[in-house]
Amino acid sequence: MTDALLYGLAACGLIGLGLYGLIANPAPLRKILAFNIMGGGVFLLAGAIARRGAGAGFGGDPVPQALLITGIVVAFSATALAVALVLRLNAVAGDTTLAEPPPANDD
Amino acid sequence: MMMLFDVGLVVVLLGLAAWVVLARNAFAAVAAFIAYGLLLTLAWLQLHGIDIALTEAAIGGGLTGALLIGAVTRLGSAPPIAPATSMTLALAAVAAAATTAILAACVLALPDPAPTLAPLVADNIAATGVGNAITAVLLSFRSMDTLLEAIVLLFALAGAWSLGADSAWPGRPGFAQSAPPNGILAYLARILPPIGLVIGIYIFWTGADNPGGKFQGATILAAMWLLTMAAGLTDAPRVGSRWLRAALVAGPLGFIAAGVLGSVSAGAFLALPAGHAKPMILAIEIALMPTLTLILALLIPGPPQRVTS
Repeated sequence: MTDALLYGLAACGLIGLGLYGLIANPAPLRKILAFNIMGGGVFLLAGAIARRGAGAGFGGDPVPQALLITGIVVAFSATALAVALVLRLNAVAGDTTLAEPPPANDD
Repeated sequence: MMMLFDVGLVVVLLGLAAWVVLARNAFAAVAAFIAYGLLLTLAWLQLHGIDIALTEAAIGGGLTGALLIGAVTRLGSAPPIAPATSMTLALAAVAAAATTAILAACVLALPDPAPTLAPLVADNIAATGVGNAITAVLLSFRSMDTLLEAIVLLFALAGAWSLGADSAWPGRPGFAQSAPPNGILAYLARILPPIGLVIGIYIFWTGADNPGGKFQGATILAAMWLLTMAAGLTDAPRVGSRWLRAALVAGPLGFIAAGVLGSVSAGAFLALPAGHAKPMILAIEIALMPTLTLILALLIPGPPQRVTS
């Protein structure tokens, strides 16, 4: 078993755990956390694929590795915006649940 | 022996991820998430992605962790949330298991030998004048991605700011901070920034030829600024301030200007003129650095909260 395969399979597990949390947990902040777990899994999967592309003196394919840096920074900015939305929802509504049957609200 | 370390790391990563997802207490989940980010850094080192490891430690673990701790502290008084129904939980478990199984099958079916762009990068890196392949990709081969990324960061900040209440506009982000002037926080906020400034600029500068770069360096500078803000030694700037807005758009505008220059001198938008690639890359990075530092730092306190200082 190579390191790329091991981390690739671990990434699949992380994506699954993140997806579970994203659906199962009604608190928006916990959904953001779960989404970031999932994101970490997606990045790790891409990193494992980059590792498989090692060659020409590089330990991994530098093109996906560079795109991963972009991905991590963009994930942070999206998380910051999501957190700001949750805090604003909490400030305005005094409540942060998305699990409310009546009245139907889809934001 | 190394494989044993890898297996152990993977087990701990999966365990922490499960803890983040399943923990009852939101604060415990955030704490586990920060540990997850730091351990992911080790995984990047094992996968020979030192630049990614630096970014993950600085942004994925550090800055995101600071953001989430702030959020979970402010949401602490929020009323408890009704748990999901067992139907939802079952659906979530099935969806998660199916996704993991399909992805794992894809990972096992990856083509061998793996497709790679590494030889192409090795053949063309000399033309860029930089020694770090990641920097060459970010600022030469795929510079459009980096330009759009800088713009996405700016949009995220504009989005966060637009969530401020009307009464607080155009005030200062976050709440006024004060710390005991002789306390440990104020002490560290005086001692660490000069050191952090040197390290941040070094990591930025060395990124041309060694692991490092503007994102990692800018995060360290942003952290130093946030530290002085947390100790009440400096205050966040007013979001209406002209110098701040000018500095926020200066980086992307400088990048676009370099791109237009490329379409004049080298025949394509964002193309770098042969023989002058390195100075152009440096100019773009130096233009982006202050903007990135400001945006990364100001995304943490979020929208304007107060008009007074």
